[in-house]
Amino acid sequence: MRKLTTLMTAATMVFATGQSIAAEKLSIYHWFEYIPQELLNKFTAETGIEVVMDTYDSNEAMLANLKAGGMGNYDVAVPGDYMVEIMINEGMLDSFASSELSNFGNIEDKWRDVSFDMGRKHSIPYQWGSTSFSVDTSVYGGDINTTDIIFNPPSELKGKINVLDTAGETLVFASIHMGIPQCSTDKEQLKALSKMLDGAKKNWASFNSDGAKDVLVSGDAAAGMIWNGFGAKARAENASLKYAYPKQGYIVWMDNVVLLKDAPNRDAALKFMDFLLEPENAAAVTNYARYAAGVKGVGKHLDAELSEALENNPPADAPAGQFVQVCDQQTQGLYDAIWTRLKK
Amino acid sequence: MAGMASPKGNKAEASIVDGRLGILLLPSWVVIGILLVIPVLIMFVYSFLTQDFRGGVIWTFTLEAYDQFFIDRGLFGDEPAQLEWTYILIFWRSFLQAFFAMIFCLLIGFPTAYFMATSPPKSRSFLLFLVTIPYWVNLLIRTVSMKFLIRDTGPINEWLMAFGMIDEPIRMINTAFAVQLGLFYSYLPFMVLPIYASIERYNFVLSEAAADLYTGRWTTLFKVLIPTVKPGIIAGCILVFIPSLGAFLAPDLLGGAKNFMIGSLVEEQFKGQAGDWPFGAAVSMILLTIIMIVLLFYARSQTNSAGRGH
Repeated sequence: MRKLTTLMTAATMVFATGQSIAAEKLSIYHWFEYIPQELLNKFTAETGIEVVMDTYDSNEAMLANLKAGGMGNYDVAVPGDYMVEIMINEGMLDSFASSELSNFGNIEDKWRDVSFDMGRKHSIPYQWGSTSFSVDTSVYGGDINTTDIIFNPPSELKGKINVLDTAGETLVFASIHMGIPQCSTDKEQLKALSKMLDGAKKNWASFNSDGAKDVLVSGDAAAGMIWNGFGAKARAENASLKYAYPKQGYIVWMDNVVLLKDAPNRDAALKFMDFLLEPENAAAVTNYARYAAGVKGVGKHLDAELSEALENNPPADAPAGQFVQVCDQQTQGLYDAIWTRLKK
Repeated sequence: MAGMASPKGNKAEASIVDGRLGILLLPSWVVIGILLVIPVLIMFVYSFLTQDFRGGVIWTFTLEAYDQFFIDRGLFGDEPAQLEWTYILIFWRSFLQAFFAMIFCLLIGFPTAYFMATSPPKSRSFLLFLVTIPYWVNLLIRTVSMKFLIRDTGPINEWLMAFGMIDEPIRMINTAFAVQLGLFYSYLPFMVLPIYASIERYNFVLSEAAADLYTGRWTTLFKVLIPTVKPGIIAGCILVFIPSLGAFLAPDLLGGAKNFMIGSLVEEQFKGQAGDWPFGAAVSMILLTIIMIVLLFYARSQTNSAGRGH
């Protein structure tokens, strides 16, 4: 899937360069399937700046690629919340003044002073949403708003569960299930977590991230961890899929457009960020990706069904989600070891 | 072998031929040097360096990565040191899977190659062409289509149910069977082509001679044909075994990525949250060493048997 996307991106790039040679260029490093091509065309039409894009399928893959010589090739990237913090700590991000973006004021107030980038000196909101799971209600008719569905499933769902193949989100979700704080270093808690996962894995069909939607729609899995926007897209293809808000809690996240250090074209990067803070453009991304924008005034540009979709509107009794926290090296090592043991 | 073409004793001509060949090989040496030797050396060096948190290396020498591979000190590093089985298990599983892929490819590939090589010359090139057709399509796409085919709601299960042969879909996707099937399907032509080339060059007069001496068909097969085309069989086995060992598309897409294979274990070290480059490099080095030892043993046994034969 990711290769396909890259191929298509490459094809688009070839097509785009054919149109105007020697124009100004903006290089984006972005998630797969996360921005509509029409929006990039619109940016090029408005500014005359050509856009080239490479894609990745996890925050960690992006970080690895940038560290392995990718810095200086891209102007902007779109890391998740905790990854913004990591990249700031690694000195990989350039900063900008709020005055450099004419649409800076469009950022929703609650997303301006975020823990991972106080005062928004390096990043602007792109989309935000939640990570939970969807269940095929034609297979299982009981209460789905509990993490037991994934980690201690009813018999109907045994052997038909998909979890995300990323250590970060899956282990945090497992911690939420057990009521263990994130980045815990407590031996008993971590041993219990590891043991619980070993038991739960017997009921899982697969570990799959970029196919999280596909496995549910195709019926390979009847319950699967998924991001809310992907969950909405899955429901569009199979109406019996329902997105859950477990009572134990779930993960919230925000992806952010960041200005990379050594950006070849810093001006174009800022223009692009300004462009994305335009309510109409932010809404175009939301209409495509099915998450929420974090930008003021998008409401009137949104598709009608988004305003009532379950995936975007947690029920009143749902608990608040939690952000993934950044652990220190030693603690992270423990979680990596748990993950490796789980998949050995 | 090719360099030996000039008659013995004619040293001047031989050196001209050899010298010219040396220059002709220069581009290959440059390519091998830049694309193979240097990257492997970098990985070799990295495997002895210290892990930088979240990817990258610190230039301090350590055996940490190899220690992590072989020694288990428990999750918190406070238990008595014992042999670490986690990674040995991952290696064992990968080797086993590659071995079975090789055996299945051989069992199907040898008769196929024999059939092709003994067909009339005209249809041979057509058959060869048929074998290569799947290779016009990217491996990823072929693996994904295999997934469509064998999933619970896929055509195989639908047909079997439609004909009333089964009541419930047979679970094939996300099983070891699916991974085996994927590897077998991906690498079968690597087995067929070298064996085909060997059998095509095989002089069937030898089989006739054996028959004239009242040798049975099976004896002829095992005592005459197979020993003669052995190089082709070995080449096919190596060509299937080695890529199967590092394969991660089939285990991920068809096997559900439930267990690490060597390939996905290494990928996780570089692309995953672990970001432990030295460990990823060490795993690659250990794999490289094992394969080199196996191939060296093979080469030794070849020279030995050649020595005995003459």
